[in-house]
Amino acid sequence: MRSRSRRTSTVVWGVIGVLAVAGLWELYKFLGPAEGVVVGATEGQTGSGVMILPRTHDRAMPHLWDMFARLFQSTSGGDSPILLVSVVQAALLTLGFAAVGWLIGVAVGAVLGLLMQRWRLVEWGVLPWVVVSQTVPLIAFAPVVNAIGNQIDRSGTPWPQWFSVALIASYLAFFPVAVGALRGLGAPDRIHLDLMRSYAAGYWPTLLRLRLPAAVPYLLPALRLAAANAVVGAVVAEVSIGMRGGIGRMLIQLAGQGSSDPAAPWGPTFGSIALGLVAAGSVAILGLVLSNYRRGEATA
Amino acid sequence: MTPTDETRGATAPAPAVRARGVGKTFAATGGEVLALTGVDLEVAAGEFVSLIGPSGCGKSTLLRLVADLDQASAGELEVFGKTPQKARVDQDYGIAFQQAGLLPWRTVAGNISLPLELHRMGRAERDERVAQLAGLVGLSEFVDRYPDQLSGGMQQRVAIARALAENPRLLLMDEPFGALDEMTREYLQSELARIASETGAAVVFVTHSIPEAVYLSDRVVVMSPRPGRITDVIETGFGEERPEGLRESEAYFAKVTAVREALHGSPVERANER
Ligand SMILES: Nc1ncnc2c1ncn2[C@@H]1O[C@H](COP(=O)(O)OP(=O)(O)O)[C@@H](O)[C@H]1O
Ligand SMILES: [Mg+2]
Repeated sequence: MRSRSRRTSTVVWGVIGVLAVAGLWELYKFLGPAEGVVVGATEGQTGSGVMILPRTHDRAMPHLWDMFARLFQSTSGGDSPILLVSVVQAALLTLGFAAVGWLIGVAVGAVLGLLMQRWRLVEWGVLPWVVVSQTVPLIAFAPVVNAIGNQIDRSGTPWPQWFSVALIASYLAFFPVAVGALRGLGAPDRIHLDLMRSYAAGYWPTLLRLRLPAAVPYLLPALRLAAANAVVGAVVAEVSIGMRGGIGRMLIQLAGQGSSDPAAPWGPTFGSIALGLVAAGSVAILGLVLSNYRRGEATA
Repeated sequence: MTPTDETRGATAPAPAVRARGVGKTFAATGGEVLALTGVDLEVAAGEFVSLIGPSGCGKSTLLRLVADLDQASAGELEVFGKTPQKARVDQDYGIAFQQAGLLPWRTVAGNISLPLELHRMGRAERDERVAQLAGLVGLSEFVDRYPDQLSGGMQQRVAIARALAENPRLLLMDEPFGALDEMTREYLQSELARIASETGAAVVFVTHSIPEAVYLSDRVVVMSPRPGRITDVIETGFGEERPEGLRESEAYFAKVTAVREALHGSPVERANER
């Protein structure tokens, strides 16, 4: 009962949040100066000075209804499909890359978590590198993966470009899973571990019947975060290695035409937001399936 | 305890627990903690023995040594004539703690069947055994509930059923009723007395309640702290049965007094009690 009312209120607050952002957008567009506010500009020199309030004219900030209407117009003129269809197609493709990346990331993260939990020495040796790995900017790292992939592809082993995208996505996805698995697998109470020992249960039975179920409350948020990270990773990877067909590339393409068609880039922008929500939402469904393993959360 | 040794002879079954000069030191920050020293104790098969004493006297430690959850640092310890490790691997004992320690994601039935699953008992046989155990602790109607839907007393009964699942010859219990209210506690004490005599299992029962120790036990082992050791052993001599009136009887009160005096190390004035 309580969890249901909490879920409804989550939805209500989510809707309120979206409406508030939309309201703020239109309010600022209505009140703000069309050319923004720039301080310290040199006369006759465009682009000089520091902009402290953004421009509000239609090219910089299209109306929400224009963005919405644009979704139902042709993507790039001619007989190209409407923007919405193109966005959905591109988003599904990217979702596929992200899903593969998520699976790889989850597998790698889970194995790392298992190893670190089992052997202290591995934790000491590996955990710092796992943390450091996340400070390497994706933009720097993506072209390297792509170059290596191309090289492998040329040397005979097929390596499609999308696999590089998935691999880069997995690089962001594995981190929360590794950390969540490490914490979750170490979560069982002493009394439960003693009990398993009294049953003379070895490592694997204990893992299966105690550590994994006890890790579920830690793993679910980790998997959700990994899903969102995989989407971000896939979009950024598409952009930085120039992979066609996905939503990242589409975003860049339409943004390039932004001055003549300002509402267009908002299509893929919303598309990628929806993508993140779908990805995280799929994991939430997993949470419902595993709800019995979350019983401890309420009481403890 | 030596007389029992002599009367038994060579063919008698090995005692459930035999400790000779058992000691345990823990390495702690700022030196070592001597938790137990010079413990001599024998628990016969089918016997109910309580360990009583103030907090920190090593009751739990002794129980954990018997259960092979920790290793003794001195002396000899045997469980049914084997090393504690062998006895643990052979599943010679069942154990229950102060917290029920149920797995929250498993139902009552799932919790009781955990040891059976781990030891690969077949599905049909397992279901039958679980139903039987649930009946034994009076929880037949609750087998599908989850632990968070049960009272503390019911959870503890599940834990006892789980400890009994594989018909152990020895039951180890560490203050299993310590967190329960007095009513539930007395009720579960009678239930445990009945179960222990029905199954014929030996019981080592840790408690810090004098009435509880006296009511349940054949012998009450009195311990004292710093360093943890056995200071006295008191036989109750109530026999197999625990009739209704036992808690009100003179014999019972006499034993309660005897244990209390042993705990305090000198005769206690009755007027000061309660
Ligand atoms: N794992 C441990 N590490 C260090 N000291 C311990 C440990 N377990 C118990 N002790 C110490 O051993 C003594 C006996 O503890 P314990 O057996 O739990 O007492 P009791 O159960 O009688 O209250 C205490 O002084 C306690 O602090
Ligand atoms: Mg204790």
